[in-house]
Amino acid sequence: MDNTPFDDRKTIAGPMHATLRHDSAHKHVAGSADYIDDMPEPAGTLHGALGLTDRAHAEILAMDLSEVEATPGVICVLTARDMPHSNDISPSHLDDEPVLADGLVQFHGQPAFAVIAETRDIARRAARLAKITYRDRPHHTDITDALANGAAVVTKPLTLQRGDADAELELAPRRLKGRMRIGGQEHFYLESHIAFAIPGEDDEVTVWSSTQHPSEVQHMVGHVLGVPSNAVTVNVRRMGGGFGGKETQGNQFAVLAAVAAKKLNRAVKFRPDRDEDMTATGKRHDFLVDYDVGFDDEGRIHAVKANYAARCGYSSDLSGPVTDRALFHADSSYFYPHVTLTSQPLKTHTVSNTAYRGFGGPQGMLGGERMIEEIAYAVGKDPLEVRKLNFYGETGSGRDVTPYHQTVEDNIIRRIVAELEASSDYQARRAAIVDDNRTSRIIRKGIALTPVKFGISFTMTAFNQAGALVHVYQDGSIHLNHGGTEMGQGLYTKVAQVLADSFQVDIDRVKITATTTGKVPNTSATAASSGTDLNGMATFDAARQIKERLVAFAAERWQTTPDKISFVANHVKIGEALVPFPDFVKQAYFARVQLSAAGFYKTPKIHWDRNTGRGTPFYYYAYGASVSEVSIDTLTGEYMVDRVDVLHDVGKSLNPAIDIGQIEGGFVQGMGWLTTEELWWDAKGRLRTHAPSTYKIPLASDRPKIFNVKLAEWAENAEKTVGRSKAVGEPPFMLPISVLEALSMAVASVADYRECPRLDAPATPERVLMAVERLRAGKV
Amino acid sequence: MTQHTGSIRFILNETDVVLSDLAPTATLLDYLRLERRLTGTKEGCAEGDCGACTVLVGRLVQGELVYESVNACIRFTGSLNATHVVTVEHLAAKDGTLHPVQQAMVDYHGSQCGFCTPGFVMSLYGLWLSSDRPSRADIEKALQGNLCRCTGYEPIVRAAEAVAAARPSAVFDPILKVRASITTRLQHLKTTQTITIASGEDRLIVPGTVTALADILADHPTATVVAGSTDVGLWVTKQFRRINPVVFINGLDALQTIEETADGLTIGAGVSYSMAFSKIAAAYPVFGALIDRIGGAQVRNMGTLGGNVANGSPIGDTPPPLIALDATVTLRSKAGARTLPLEAFYIEYGRQDRQPGEFVESLFVPQMPQSERFAVYKISKRRDEDISALCGAFRIALDDSNRVTSARIAFGGMAGTPKRAANVEAALIGRQWNETTITEAQAAFDADYQPLSDWRATAEYRQLTARNLMMRFYLETSGETVQLHRFEGVA
Repeated sequence: MDNTPFDDRKTIAGPMHATLRHDSAHKHVAGSADYIDDMPEPAGTLHGALGLTDRAHAEILAMDLSEVEATPGVICVLTARDMPHSNDISPSHLDDEPVLADGLVQFHGQPAFAVIAETRDIARRAARLAKITYRDRPHHTDITDALANGAAVVTKPLTLQRGDADAELELAPRRLKGRMRIGGQEHFYLESHIAFAIPGEDDEVTVWSSTQHPSEVQHMVGHVLGVPSNAVTVNVRRMGGGFGGKETQGNQFAVLAAVAAKKLNRAVKFRPDRDEDMTATGKRHDFLVDYDVGFDDEGRIHAVKANYAARCGYSSDLSGPVTDRALFHADSSYFYPHVTLTSQPLKTHTVSNTAYRGFGGPQGMLGGERMIEEIAYAVGKDPLEVRKLNFYGETGSGRDVTPYHQTVEDNIIRRIVAELEASSDYQARRAAIVDDNRTSRIIRKGIALTPVKFGISFTMTAFNQAGALVHVYQDGSIHLNHGGTEMGQGLYTKVAQVLADSFQVDIDRVKITATTTGKVPNTSATAASSGTDLNGMATFDAARQIKERLVAFAAERWQTTPDKISFVANHVKIGEALVPFPDFVKQAYFARVQLSAAGFYKTPKIHWDRNTGRGTPFYYYAYGASVSEVSIDTLTGEYMVDRVDVLHDVGKSLNPAIDIGQIEGGFVQGMGWLTTEELWWDAKGRLRTHAPSTYKIPLASDRPKIFNVKLAEWAENAEKTVGRSKAVGEPPFMLPISVLEALSMAVASVADYRECPRLDAPATPERVLMAVERLRAGKV
Repeated sequence: MTQHTGSIRFILNETDVVLSDLAPTATLLDYLRLERRLTGTKEGCAEGDCGACTVLVGRLVQGELVYESVNACIRFTGSLNATHVVTVEHLAAKDGTLHPVQQAMVDYHGSQCGFCTPGFVMSLYGLWLSSDRPSRADIEKALQGNLCRCTGYEPIVRAAEAVAAARPSAVFDPILKVRASITTRLQHLKTTQTITIASGEDRLIVPGTVTALADILADHPTATVVAGSTDVGLWVTKQFRRINPVVFINGLDALQTIEETADGLTIGAGVSYSMAFSKIAAAYPVFGALIDRIGGAQVRNMGTLGGNVANGSPIGDTPPPLIALDATVTLRSKAGARTLPLEAFYIEYGRQDRQPGEFVESLFVPQMPQSERFAVYKISKRRDEDISALCGAFRIALDDSNRVTSARIAFGGMAGTPKRAANVEAALIGRQWNETTITEAQAAFDADYQPLSDWRATAEYRQLTARNLMMRFYLETSGETVQLHRFEGVA
């Protein structure tokens, strides 16, 4: 026993709420953090490549693969017929997503076959040698096209309704209608999709997949192979970014690698080139929002009616819940006394759009903020004044119920906005900008303050569960595993902090291990910002179980009561006795105490009935606000983001450095979505912006020139989340709506702010210049 | 008769590499990852646009060892003779102690998913080697060729600034301590003999002299001449084009000279954008600013002005200003040299006045009289590391009564070739240099250009912006501030 005096103030390294570097940071910078393509390959590893079609919508009359097969080094070619049990990997279970196109091509670039070869280069080159004969069908690539041609939907639309919007629109003192186009977005994770399958005995196969959803990959591989889930193990240590793009889109690569591996009894790797990845995997949904809003002369909203039409692509994928979440956020932070919101998840002949950070929420919120902006220009006020008039009220104010009938109980948006307005010196800066714009001929400036309120939980209630597996070994070292995946967001670090904090041991004692379906089953996607909330709590639960056993053991061994036993900095305190954690654990082992536990968590309170459009889909809301100041060049439409101030609510932060990283990164990614990132399809339905040379995500020199990001340090989650923290992955993505609105203000200055410029997203320099021209010509 | 040796020799981190069986289009990235299992260097795009594959390449420039960041994904291994390739694995000390640049990236939370991180580390290490006290503008410039999707760059720039401010002593800096010995080793590897590696039909040729180059092209008139491979690299990685034979000219010192005389600048065809920058920026600051917006640092370290001119792209950035400055191009072949005005070099889309066996030897940019005004403007969706939607260069001479005596206006992105605006020029010449003249001359753009619509811009935007750029030029000549600048004093 250690007899050195113990200082009760002594703390551990890496507790909850401490700033701590990312667990892999030292490996990232040294190039020694292994991604799937960096793993040593077993002898005889083969490589796959997708064979892409080049029609947007066509029947396949014939597919001559002889030249592909005859290429030296090609081992085999897979088509839909080679899928042993099923050719479908629809995550919505609507049976509408073939692994490989079977007779019908529904988007330009849809894979119709896969080549397996000795090297990746051979496979890729051979994949271009197919001769496919098509019979073309008419294709509809964008929303307007789809609307004009029958408006088929990929899944059932949603309506949210409260009060009588139609009647109140008629009665409202003022009313305006408008339309906003919102572009999609490529995830541009730096690591493209990859899957690596190694065949096992009997029906077994192990797949390393760059996926946010190992359990789904496991199910899909099992489904296509026709083997039970227990035969398939899916592993992922880390991804080089995900952002939602690896929630369902990794399935096809994993399935193909597994099918080929089992067929050939060799290890098989699929790593699409960047262009193939961008062509063949889904993106953020584009939306066309039609709104009709009634309000009074002050700018107070009476009623809202809006339709959110989305480009979903050829299949349902996650478009149902994505378009649902758009409607859940069409209120942004505002109370709509009467409201009807409808979604229109349109089928288009484009790649099937999918999850992307915010999951439809950003598009929903942007529509809501556009209505505010329109009202402000109509009544001649700063949009911020209109925002304040319409914010949700305190609980019980009669202005606290959302369009989906959930009561907003934790509203802190007014305090966030008031503090930011003051700290950013918003009013004085806005006055100065209006002043400067009067005399500046070419360069104009704009400023805007926009709020964020984002609902946290999967709207599919069942997904709000998680598991963790914790082992304490005899030497006092701890093994941590949970169902969440690490894609850079710092989940592994935060959960390790939770575990270190639970046992009160230094975080170095905790070994973070790769996510695998073999250790924690039936997991949900690491998505919806829920990773830490769910897996942190499941881990906390596992630790609790082990600690309870340890306390019971100690009470017996030291003949005391459990209340006298506590876990303190790397020790266990039993009455006045202090036992170093490893010694204590060793004794527990010899006393035959089980030192391993599976933890579990399910989010309380939530429920949602999609058929009635009523419920409490969200456990809580995360809040934030930003002020952006921009300059535009009215001769070219070029612009710069001069300054951004952010105040954001992460509850009681588990790791301020990681949370600030999520906010800064989310902001810049969201800014890219609203500014330079443009997806462009040609008349043939071919995506022409499918690589960084043509698709422009922000650079270091695009980030706000002055960028002040602060956490609302007083914030604490009203709900009992892990450490009273809040989710942080998605909410900050919507902060840069203020960039778009600031650009809009700068444009509006050319017509003395009389007209709302109705700037669509992304506001490329071209859109900015064209808006300037439109306003100058008096045509809005 | 050219002498042949049959291997490419370079130093990889600490190891001597001799490759005598090498495909002409094999890339450095594949070599590192697949053959050496140096997997710290990542593939993000395979087209030189994301920087995840950034490594440093050290080479002797006029005898002095210079390290430059490059994109390993589009760098052909055959172009590496007599270089020192440094990868991220080489930075930390043997005991695992991180280099100060790496440590700062850890301390300032500069990595999230970590996939782009080795590339950022290498770009920042390149900056560390080349600059003592980089400014924020220098840091952003060094990072123009690196994409990060997670962090929003703020912590990476903070890390870079911390390193710049502290400038911790580089006790074990892997390059600084071996500079002298590497220099000697590279001197031994440098050769004036021609290297040829043949395998089946494939021919990889590295001429040792310009004369040898002319001979080789006489023998192989359809050979692809590769200088920086920032364009040809994509033919291979993206289009699977079979190019053969491949002739690498990046080691020819004689093509990498810049001569400055009272008459003007003579720029060797092999001079990289980075090497050309200081001389061009000194003579024409706005042209220097344009060069800073071509690709990222990695591309500018590899790509050459000669290549930019020779590939004939209608959206290359340097032809418009070079044409406005009345530059000439000298082509050489075994038969001799000929010089022609650059604007005459461009015949039509995809076709230049380069005969089989000829190669671009140099460009000459005549000294512009001080009384004349010159500007070049690039318009792109994203400010840095983007391809022009359009790029316009303007040059005018005025007499004492403010009358336009000559005008040279050239645009990229507006036609199938870089092209002069003859009608606009005519509408300006002889007129007073004032806003009325500009407004009236703007209409002539319609006669000069019928641009296309594509993913970079619509025809309407290109046409409108071209007109507006002439207004910008006029306003600037009258002293108005009409452009956005991220940093004071940096164009």
